[in-house]
Amino acid sequence: MRDVAVVGFAQRQMEEFDGSPTCVEMLVPLFAECYEQTGWTRRDIGFWCSGSSDYLAGRSFSFVQAVDAIGVIPPVNESHVEMDAAWALYEAWVKIQTGEVDTALVYGFGKSSAGVLRRTLALQLDPYTMTPLWPDTVSLAGLQARAGIDAGLWDERAMAEVVNRSLTDAEKNDYAIRKGGSSVEELLARPMYADPLRKHDCAPVTDGAAAIVLAADDQARDVAERPAWITGISTYVDPISMGTRDLTRSPSTANAARGLDLDGLEVAELHAPFSHQELILRTELGLADDVAVNPSGGPLAGNPMFTGGLIRFGEAARKVWAGENTKVLGHATSGPALQQNLVCTMEGRS
Amino acid sequence: MAKQPAAVIGVGQTHHRAKREDVSMAGLCREAIDRAMADANVGFDDIDAIVVGKAPDLFEGVMMPELFLADSLGAAGKPLIRVHTAGSVGGSTAIVASSLVQAGVHKRVLTVAFEKQSESNAMWALSVPVPFNMPVHAGAGGYFAPHVRSYIRRSGAPTHVGAIVAAKDRQNALKNPYAHLKNKDTTVETVLASQMLWDPIRYDETCPSSDGACALVIADEDTAKASPNPAWIHGTVMRSEATTAAERDQVNPQASRDAAAAIYKQAGITNPIEEIDAAEIYVPFSWFEPMWLESLGFAAEGDGWKLTESGATALDGTMPVNMSGGVLSSNPIGASGMLRFAEAALQVRGAAGEHQVDGARRALGHAYGGGSQFFSMWIVGSEQPVS
Amino acid sequence: MTRTLSAPVTVAFDYTRSTGPVLGRFLTGLRDGVVIGGRTSEGTVVVPPPEFDPVTHEAVTDFVEVASTGTVTSWSWVSEPVKHQPLDRPFAFALVTLDGADTPLLHALDVASADEVSTGMRVQIRWAEERVGAITDIQCFEPEQGGRAASEASDQSRPRDEEAVTGVITPVELDYLYAASPEESAFYRGLAEGRILGQCCPTCQKVYVPPRSACPSDGTPTNEEIELPDKGTVTTFCIVNVPFMGQKITPPYVSAYVLLDGADIAFLHLILDIPAEEVRMGMRVEAVWKPREEWSTTIENISHFRPTGEPDADYDTYKQHL
Repeated sequence: MRDVAVVGFAQRQMEEFDGSPTCVEMLVPLFAECYEQTGWTRRDIGFWCSGSSDYLAGRSFSFVQAVDAIGVIPPVNESHVEMDAAWALYEAWVKIQTGEVDTALVYGFGKSSAGVLRRTLALQLDPYTMTPLWPDTVSLAGLQARAGIDAGLWDERAMAEVVNRSLTDAEKNDYAIRKGGSSVEELLARPMYADPLRKHDCAPVTDGAAAIVLAADDQARDVAERPAWITGISTYVDPISMGTRDLTRSPSTANAARGLDLDGLEVAELHAPFSHQELILRTELGLADDVAVNPSGGPLAGNPMFTGGLIRFGEAARKVWAGENTKVLGHATSGPALQQNLVCTMEGRS
Repeated sequence: MAKQPAAVIGVGQTHHRAKREDVSMAGLCREAIDRAMADANVGFDDIDAIVVGKAPDLFEGVMMPELFLADSLGAAGKPLIRVHTAGSVGGSTAIVASSLVQAGVHKRVLTVAFEKQSESNAMWALSVPVPFNMPVHAGAGGYFAPHVRSYIRRSGAPTHVGAIVAAKDRQNALKNPYAHLKNKDTTVETVLASQMLWDPIRYDETCPSSDGACALVIADEDTAKASPNPAWIHGTVMRSEATTAAERDQVNPQASRDAAAAIYKQAGITNPIEEIDAAEIYVPFSWFEPMWLESLGFAAEGDGWKLTESGATALDGTMPVNMSGGVLSSNPIGASGMLRFAEAALQVRGAAGEHQVDGARRALGHAYGGGSQFFSMWIVGSEQPVS
Repeated sequence: MTRTLSAPVTVAFDYTRSTGPVLGRFLTGLRDGVVIGGRTSEGTVVVPPPEFDPVTHEAVTDFVEVASTGTVTSWSWVSEPVKHQPLDRPFAFALVTLDGADTPLLHALDVASADEVSTGMRVQIRWAEERVGAITDIQCFEPEQGGRAASEASDQSRPRDEEAVTGVITPVELDYLYAASPEESAFYRGLAEGRILGQCCPTCQKVYVPPRSACPSDGTPTNEEIELPDKGTVTTFCIVNVPFMGQKITPPYVSAYVLLDGADIAFLHLILDIPAEEVRMGMRVEAVWKPREEWSTTIENISHFRPTGEPDADYDTYKQHL
């Protein structure tokens, strides 16, 4: 495998983006930040890949106009996944591994606030036996949280601890849209929203976009003092059915982690849009107690759809660039109740 | 660093129809997958990863349908990727699947692309009005018709050339057991007599709306060498440009020309009409055959229609194009690009049945999408490329 | 004034789904007032039946009738129901393992408050009054009422001599608030004043109308505002003869690319006041505005374009816009 590193990252998160669902105007300054970080222009990028969703935007081919933000004369080597942009990063990493290109810029965007997000996401379910009931995402997560509580695997206190730590850490994150820790007791005193979930157990509806730059070998060394080298990346999916899988587990996360070396891991940015999901992921990844989870505040502080996973990779990589950490992990999820997962380890080399 | 060798060892597709009311979405996909796996002589346990492609989710009203399909596609417990690059998606999906093998990440990848258009109405899904805009949009035909008019003006082509393409492709479809349209009486005259839908495009010059799927098994060098007739991948390319831009050439887009130049370089081709034995090109409206012949370098600019008119692109011509009957005869949009790539593979494997081009050794598969702005292509060959 | 203009958009379609044999068997059962599960190769009875066996990947063919009573295995409270959920008042979504099944089914559970739900509680199906062969034939679950539940369900079942269900219609209706970009918003606001405002790309100097958040050639936002005349040239066009669902203009009509004088990109509009077959590439046209009192922030303020009567533009003057 070629050595490939994350060498650029930019993001935007907001409660309500007032611009168009194509998000072009949000992407332009993000790309500019990436060029500034690398010293490159668009012509130095070998491959572009994005992640977004037509149903989030409410129209077919919603990603088509996003390429305008690149400036596509001359035309570009480009692809798109109808997934979180973390999978666009995976496609780009594969493309670099083929040797066809040495650099890539991946991006994602989504205006979750254009519709009623938890309702829109009911369209991700089995269209014959589930979607006609419009099971919203929050309810499905609630079923999962309850399963773990009933099984004695976690409790509301453990969930509140995740929230308190996340919102406390989020105070240091300028992009976070929900922040400010209090105490586990205070959180537990707040009313139920989707029993057993309180509002703060659920990621806030977030609009946003993000971009990450990948580079191979010397290209990475040339532009970054301390690139975040990808040492392993892997993705798996589970069946969608809420009935046939053990909701307290995430086999696809465990599968993805199986081939990765997690010894000495210092930081894990986990894409857990619901507090209990962080607890599932920690178990499936076998994280040691001293691993710092979501020091950015994580998805509970802001979770732009189709970007929330990619942002985890960027936040983890930044720790390496800054020299604060040497071995980090980024994780992305997709589908209801942690159905599909992607795990990536990155390392700094002094 | 060179790409790892990769080849198509299994091809499968559904019987394409206006409405496949006998199957669910999963059943449709499995019909293609099961045929591809049988052709490749592999089972689900042999598959390392699955790549799914489909055009807009509004067509079936399911957001990211690969998630609910995961179990039925045999993807549960495996890596799964979903590609969407508009009409070119079937081709792009095959390319993403190939890249997983060419990168050395996986040994055997199953890829499937589908569209079950009868679940909704494509004209509706593509023409949901945008507020503040002029509601003149009229589906894909309405989009492409003005650019066809531009081509006719620019090239001076006689107006019956589109009908020649339509009649040829419909006749080719009669030789393809999977094709949707089977109109044995279609001739240049009947096409010209059909209703003008989006002037200058007539009814018989347009693609149908189909339910269908296509699947491929793509394998690494060792697996391919053990296969009786692999289609080796000699080159893949994707290029994109904007839908609309000042002075953008919408008849012969730069992204198309750039893509062709790049793939010929990869495959070591300097004279495509001599070195490519068969081409399966994305032609949803008949006039796009001469347009793409020029863009792809099979004819000089302005001369594509002459190649078509000469009969060269017929199944028994010197440069056969759309042997399967093409998009004009079967169009499950999300799968249409992969069907082109699949036909190219069938040709070089000598497995195209009645629509086989004798001795085809190198073939081009081509797809495009959006407003003629996304292009994906591959060249496959019966021989392993010399690296 | 808000930075951008926005307007509601509803994306709605009644999808016509064909079910295939397995889902068809399940939905036929629901229509007839019984729940059908599928037995997998490992002997598990799964409801709804999976289309393909998770281990052998073969189509599931072994069907088992299960009871309409069962046990809640997990639940969550829906305090704020969203449109089209089974109940429009607070309710629970529950996973219910029906008696005779090994895995639970997801559906709504009708109880007055979260205090009345618990994992392990016994529930029964409340069938919809009219059943058509859809998951909504189960209106919801409700707490089990003594031993009468099973017989009640079978009382409601219909003679099973009707044809099997092979299709189901699933309405999908989503409401969005669509916003225009800031650049487009300026353009639409200009139209509300009868002005056509383009912008120039600072990198390539091309004049875009409408202006763009990113010049597609350079990736830089267009900025310098340029007011354009409402007169231009038809570069190319098509005559739309085909009617389709959702269409706003009655065919036949001419949809044309109009290149306004001074602009570097054409935009699509309607050509009228001339027989469709007489519209030409290069034809000179001018905007016909609706009465001022009908104007709002939309390009529909221009009713259509009509011929100016000037000589056609020379092909060389617009050929680079094709």
